[in-house]
Amino acid sequence: MNSTFLKLNLGPQHPSTHGVLRLILEMQGEKIISCEPDIGYLHRGMEKMAEKMSYIRYLPTVDRIDYLAGFFYSELFCRTVESALELDLSERVKYIRVLLLELNRIASHLLWIGAFLMDLGAVSPFFYVFRERELILKYFEKITGQRMMNNYFVFGGVRHDIFDLDDVEEFLKILQNKIQDYNKIITDNPIFVQRTLSKGILAPDLAVNSSITGVNLRASGVKLDFRENDYLYKDIEFNPAVLNGKDSLSRYKARIEELQTSSEIIKQCLEKLKEHTNFRNDLVNPINLKLPTGEFYSQIEAPRGLASCFIKSDGGTSPYRLKWRTGSYYSVNLLRHLLKGEYLNDAIAIAGSLDIILPEVDK
Amino acid sequence: MNYLYFLYMEFLAKHNIPQLFGDITFFCIPITIIFAALLVIVLALVLFERKLLGWFTQRKGPNRVGFWGVLQTLADAFKLLCKENITPSGANRFLFNLAPIMMFTPALVVLGIIPYSSEFTFISTETNLLLFVIFSALPVLSILIGGKSSDNKYALLGAVRNIAQILAYELPIAFSLMSIMVLASSMNLTGIMLAQSTKYGALGWFWIPCFIGFVVIFICTLAELNRCPFDLPEAESELICGYNTEYSGMRFALFYLGEYTLLLANALFISILFLGGYLSPFGKYISPILFSQNVGNIVLYFEQAFWLFLKAFFVIFIVIWIRATMPRMASFDLLKFSWCRLLPVSILNLFIVIIIKYFGGLYA
Repeated sequence: MNSTFLKLNLGPQHPSTHGVLRLILEMQGEKIISCEPDIGYLHRGMEKMAEKMSYIRYLPTVDRIDYLAGFFYSELFCRTVESALELDLSERVKYIRVLLLELNRIASHLLWIGAFLMDLGAVSPFFYVFRERELILKYFEKITGQRMMNNYFVFGGVRHDIFDLDDVEEFLKILQNKIQDYNKIITDNPIFVQRTLSKGILAPDLAVNSSITGVNLRASGVKLDFRENDYLYKDIEFNPAVLNGKDSLSRYKARIEELQTSSEIIKQCLEKLKEHTNFRNDLVNPINLKLPTGEFYSQIEAPRGLASCFIKSDGGTSPYRLKWRTGSYYSVNLLRHLLKGEYLNDAIAIAGSLDIILPEVDK
Repeated sequence: MNYLYFLYMEFLAKHNIPQLFGDITFFCIPITIIFAALLVIVLALVLFERKLLGWFTQRKGPNRVGFWGVLQTLADAFKLLCKENITPSGANRFLFNLAPIMMFTPALVVLGIIPYSSEFTFISTETNLLLFVIFSALPVLSILIGGKSSDNKYALLGAVRNIAQILAYELPIAFSLMSIMVLASSMNLTGIMLAQSTKYGALGWFWIPCFIGFVVIFICTLAELNRCPFDLPEAESELICGYNTEYSGMRFALFYLGEYTLLLANALFISILFLGGYLSPFGKYISPILFSQNVGNIVLYFEQAFWLFLKAFFVIFIVIWIRATMPRMASFDLLKFSWCRLLPVSILNLFIVIIIKYFGGLYA
């Protein structure tokens, strides 16, 4: 290593690493020569833990993999177990799940907008998005009794029927107005555009080769949304936003578009829920639940890219091996390519634009 | 000042204390007044900022300590006083301790230069304006010393950024100040202010003929004070806290106090240069109309100070408003913005002002 480089240890306790990411930067002045992400500061052994727990005991912990999108991992785990047991969901349960998932996606993206703007040095949007997110969390609390780690989905259904759908309709109206406000204060802000336009270019090749999925990939011009092949979303029409900018700005815009897409999906769900009023759960007895011997895999489009769950079962009451795939893990790996040659203040903005959540990376 | 001096001498003469004693000790009075008033105003200023930021972001702001949160800043200051002063083991102790003092002292001197009312100008020289510019630029040195001596890489980066920043804003400031000198034909702050006293009131102030200069100086002052969107040296999302990362307790409080004192001083400076200083916006003072000759004269001084601080707090309000709205600028963008936009525009402003001065007879 050349001794003229400044070696900067960014994190794990740093205001803008969104948790406990540690970046070892080699810098020349403020220019980054190389970046080495170091993870594992939030490792809780989620995968090993599953091997000692019964399926129903493991279920409440999966919400903690990504505290901002707990429903997705809950759904993913339920889905894998359901596919192993070959359970079918009733129509109403399906739409309840889609509704809650999409609301959770909106909450997650809203928080990202606030955190990203905080990285860029703007304070106010953080509070504005929390105001809207609060409405979602209040609704979750009403339905599930919890604000974040909901533990509402169970194998074969949901804990109980959904109610107070008027709140959701009301929220969608409010969100439409607030997106206009975000555009005024954020998207049209010249400094914001200056800080994000053509910064952190993620080429489609690099994105595909680095297994980037989700909004980050779609903002690089690759149309790939795992919701399109998802059995939950079968009767729902939607158009995932694909942008060609490849930079931080288009990643921001893609997430704003995603808010609109999710609103559309929720609107359709509300219609479907009015049609299918018959609530029916096909719950299995979770005590001493055994999965048949074999390997089971399922996936879902989470807010931070493709999330998937793999279970290898030897027919016992707990999995022989369980593996999670999370979107952020690959985004962190991408940092070593994207931050090279950038200045420190741009580097923070680029890292923020990828929407990295550390508990999801470390698991 | 003469009036205050006269009162003090009269008081001493009454108690048969020699005049020499009065001449030597007189300077203590303005210093005491500045210190006392400053502490109160800066504490109020911090509360003002936190309340406004709260309202801008849908919060209530501090409202627990004292009625309406008025004692919050005092409580914070007390907490900082009680905290341990930690010096990093690799730091240069002398420079590390010197930096906060160097931040705070120039800020105090700068406040002494401001003419608060026609009787309340502590340091009045022919070239007040230059004195202000020099002393308000000194804290940059303290930031460099503090950042360099902390033995912390973030602090060092913050200090280096601050030096890059001073390159950006000093030149546009110089050209805009030049246009003010041309308009007022004076380099004395009182002279500049009195040159704005026309019968048109607020419309006769320099912000109209020198509007570009007003905007340029306002933007540059934001950069000089390290305020958002130019808070690069202490960018909390990048450099944790920049140059004062390693400072704690009273030393941090001095940095903090120095920053807010400079904010106040610069707001007063802008009000004097462009918003008529202590002149009434109506062209006439109110107190001589309301009170009789004797009382009115004394009330007039307070009225002047009231107008000055009203304008200064208006400027500070806009500074806080910008902080609540804008993201931070990138450091290289600031240099580019300053040299490619602000500098040409401020030179253009100088030409406009010269033409106004030549043809318009308003400012004699």
